[in-house]
Amino acid sequence: MEHVSELVDWSRAQFALTALYHWIFVPLTLGLSFIIAIMETVYVKTNDEWWKKTTQFWMTLFAINFALGLATGIIMEFEFGTNWSNYSWIVGDIFGAPLAIEGIMAFFMESTFFAIMFFGWNKVSKKTHLLSTWLVAIGSNLSALWILIANGWMQHPVGMTFNPDSARNEMVDFWAVVLNPNAYSKFLHTISSGYVLASLFVIAVSSWYLLRGREIKFAKRSIIVAASFGMITSLYMLASGDESAHQVALNQPMKLAAMEGIYRGEERQGLVAAGILNPAKTIGDDKLDTFLVKVEIPYVLSVLGYHSLDAFVPGVNDLVYGNAEHKIMSVSEKMVVGKEAVSALGEYKVAQKANDEIAKQEALKHFETSEKYLGYGYLKDPKEAVPDMPLVFYSFHTMVGLGSFFIFMFFMILYNSMTGDILKQKWLLLLGVLGLPLGYVAQEAGWIVAEAGRQPWAIQDMLPVHMATSNIAAGNVMITFWMFAVIFTALLIAEVSIMTKQIKIGPEGH
Amino acid sequence: MFENLSLLALQEYWWIIVALLGGLFVFMMFVQGGQTLVYTLGKTEVERDVLINSLGRKWELTFTTLVLFGGALFAAFPLFYAVSFGGAYFVWMGILFSFIVQAVSYEYRKKPSNVFGTKTYETFLYLNGAVGVLLVGTAVGTFFTGGNFVVNEMNLSQWTTPWYGLEAVLNPFNVIFAFMLFFLSRMQGALYFINNINEDMIVKRAKGSLKVHTLLFLVAFVYVTLFLLTTDGFALNSATKIISIEPHKYLHNLLAMPLVSGMILLGAVLLLFGVFIALFKESKKGIWFSGLGTVLVGMGLFLLVGLGDTAYYPSLHDLQSSLTIANSSSSRFTLLTMSYVSLMVPFVLAYIVWAWRALDKEKITIAEVQSDPHHY
Repeated sequence: MEHVSELVDWSRAQFALTALYHWIFVPLTLGLSFIIAIMETVYVKTNDEWWKKTTQFWMTLFAINFALGLATGIIMEFEFGTNWSNYSWIVGDIFGAPLAIEGIMAFFMESTFFAIMFFGWNKVSKKTHLLSTWLVAIGSNLSALWILIANGWMQHPVGMTFNPDSARNEMVDFWAVVLNPNAYSKFLHTISSGYVLASLFVIAVSSWYLLRGREIKFAKRSIIVAASFGMITSLYMLASGDESAHQVALNQPMKLAAMEGIYRGEERQGLVAAGILNPAKTIGDDKLDTFLVKVEIPYVLSVLGYHSLDAFVPGVNDLVYGNAEHKIMSVSEKMVVGKEAVSALGEYKVAQKANDEIAKQEALKHFETSEKYLGYGYLKDPKEAVPDMPLVFYSFHTMVGLGSFFIFMFFMILYNSMTGDILKQKWLLLLGVLGLPLGYVAQEAGWIVAEAGRQPWAIQDMLPVHMATSNIAAGNVMITFWMFAVIFTALLIAEVSIMTKQIKIGPEGH
Repeated sequence: MFENLSLLALQEYWWIIVALLGGLFVFMMFVQGGQTLVYTLGKTEVERDVLINSLGRKWELTFTTLVLFGGALFAAFPLFYAVSFGGAYFVWMGILFSFIVQAVSYEYRKKPSNVFGTKTYETFLYLNGAVGVLLVGTAVGTFFTGGNFVVNEMNLSQWTTPWYGLEAVLNPFNVIFAFMLFFLSRMQGALYFINNINEDMIVKRAKGSLKVHTLLFLVAFVYVTLFLLTTDGFALNSATKIISIEPHKYLHNLLAMPLVSGMILLGAVLLLFGVFIALFKESKKGIWFSGLGTVLVGMGLFLLVGLGDTAYYPSLHDLQSSLTIANSSSSRFTLLTMSYVSLMVPFVLAYIVWAWRALDKEKITIAEVQSDPHHY
């Protein structure tokens, strides 16, 4: 068991490392590609060379960022095989499809038109070039769509059935997988957050110029484009975030409880806007207060989560120990049924080997009555079903807090740019520069909520992470973890250095 | 249009697509081969810039082909994805690392303040071209020679050596196969430069390199061919599902599948014809014949090892754990669904061809690279 947990920890650490690194680069790609496409459209419409220069400047920064997105992205795809080989078999029949579709539909579009976008200025017509730029933007967003369909399926598995013969889940409804509502709220929330990050990026660079008193025309124009884009997309991000939380409430109540730090569920549940969790509080303990300090808005969580004032929002204790009044089954009960499913599957396999058709049918019947909780059969302790509460709670609140702050910032920048001279508002420009690192923090926090909040499940309620890894010695994963850590960090340092230098050179020197 | 196909037919269809992508990837490794020739063909900084910029407009296509090759295997043959990637762990990790460092090198090589200096990024490109290709070759070699793994009754797999795949280099066939691929990638790289660059000195040196690497390739190719014609293979009895060793299995496959043997033969002829016209007819079009030839040979080899009731990924530890297209594939439903998705392939190929032609309208010269606003 010790051995298994070490392997799971290293495998998770490696995947988290790659995902978090990958996510430094992707949101900027998602958003900046559209900002560039918009700027180039202005150039093609007005024929003003100034816009071409501006487009090319942002394109240079885009390419520096894009390269590391590719480098970290290729790992993510293959890591499902290298480090989660059980997972690859158990759900590959469903999960592999969106990944392959992403490759064929999105990656080639991105990489082919990327070449035209960068090397085609003098080789194709203006309009064809513009189209290529738009196709890069569409391609990268399509890629986000397919990977989030895959991820949405992990959070809320649909459209499949377990086949005891092959011992895996098999797809039975492609459209259910593709049209999974969880995937769409995730997709919309993720891409809009990418657009917000790209706006923060353009604002930070422009604010830095303005603070330095250089590139004034460029920076003022860019800041207006970015703040407008940011204002619209951040409002959209807010709305899609609300829908995302609703999906979590419907399909992953444990994650919602962790996000909000709820131990004991209530009707008319309030929303904790900010708070400090009581570190002494444990699962099952009903005496201690959950929070040392908190700011709560009454009723709001019931409304946001379930769209009803009277809705009951279950807490961790209700979910772990069950709540008869609200018809919530305890984890222990699910584990009992799950273990029956595990043993029935074992019996089925024995009968299959022995070619005993009667025993096989018997085992199958037994399995079918219990398979709903198969995943719970692999848990050892009901408390395992609870994710890391402080991690999820603080990440969630960091994300939401920063997201709200960005809306305010976009508004202030836009207001000051339109009504007065933003150059005089030094504090706002400083805030504009600071917004970028905060944007990255919010992005990463969002992923921690989504992925750490799903624990212990690789596939929600179906496959715990410790059943999903490859069957290799933990030491080997540790070696590759450090290799990734070193190479990604080194390349990130190079990326930031190159990027900073290019910004210093500026659009005029470009 | 696919509904009437049997499960086996769908598995075969998907193996053909995997083989096509594999063949295309082998051809596209001209980028990797080219990367290892930068210092051989470029004697000055300016010449090296031209070579790298010439490859720099295509490298992402190769990268993406590898990603799609992986994606197609995952979607169509997930058991291979699980067994091989999770088992021959260090071989695949080595390949991936070589592609990580490649991905940044074009963009960062010449950028000011790139921390590690131009030479480091050029070394990354070399590593990707040499170590990356040799490891890919070793991995593909094990399709014929096998790997050390077991698959249990739940279809979960485990590698049985502590070297996690690296032990494959102890098998001479894998090594020679890997070098065959390496020489081939350098031939293709040289042919690509001859086609793409209009600088006499570079073209002259590329021809010299092409000559040497064609000879080296031929030696390895003849060895691989003789080996495959004479060696034992891993055969599946489709009635009993039992896998056994069959003497001359690949020879039998070649005789039983004339389309596949014809494909490999035609491919080899085209490959050499491309070299011939580049070396002796002053033609710049060698890459197209050689390239098509490479795709055909590569695809043919994948078909040879996967079709005709053959175990395409044999287990040396437990023969019955060996993977065949029948026991490692996705469900019929997924294969069927993905077959419709595969109809996008010709469309994708069409716009790649269009983009390639648009970018290559004007051949690359020193002056052209220096005037490009986004040169590497």
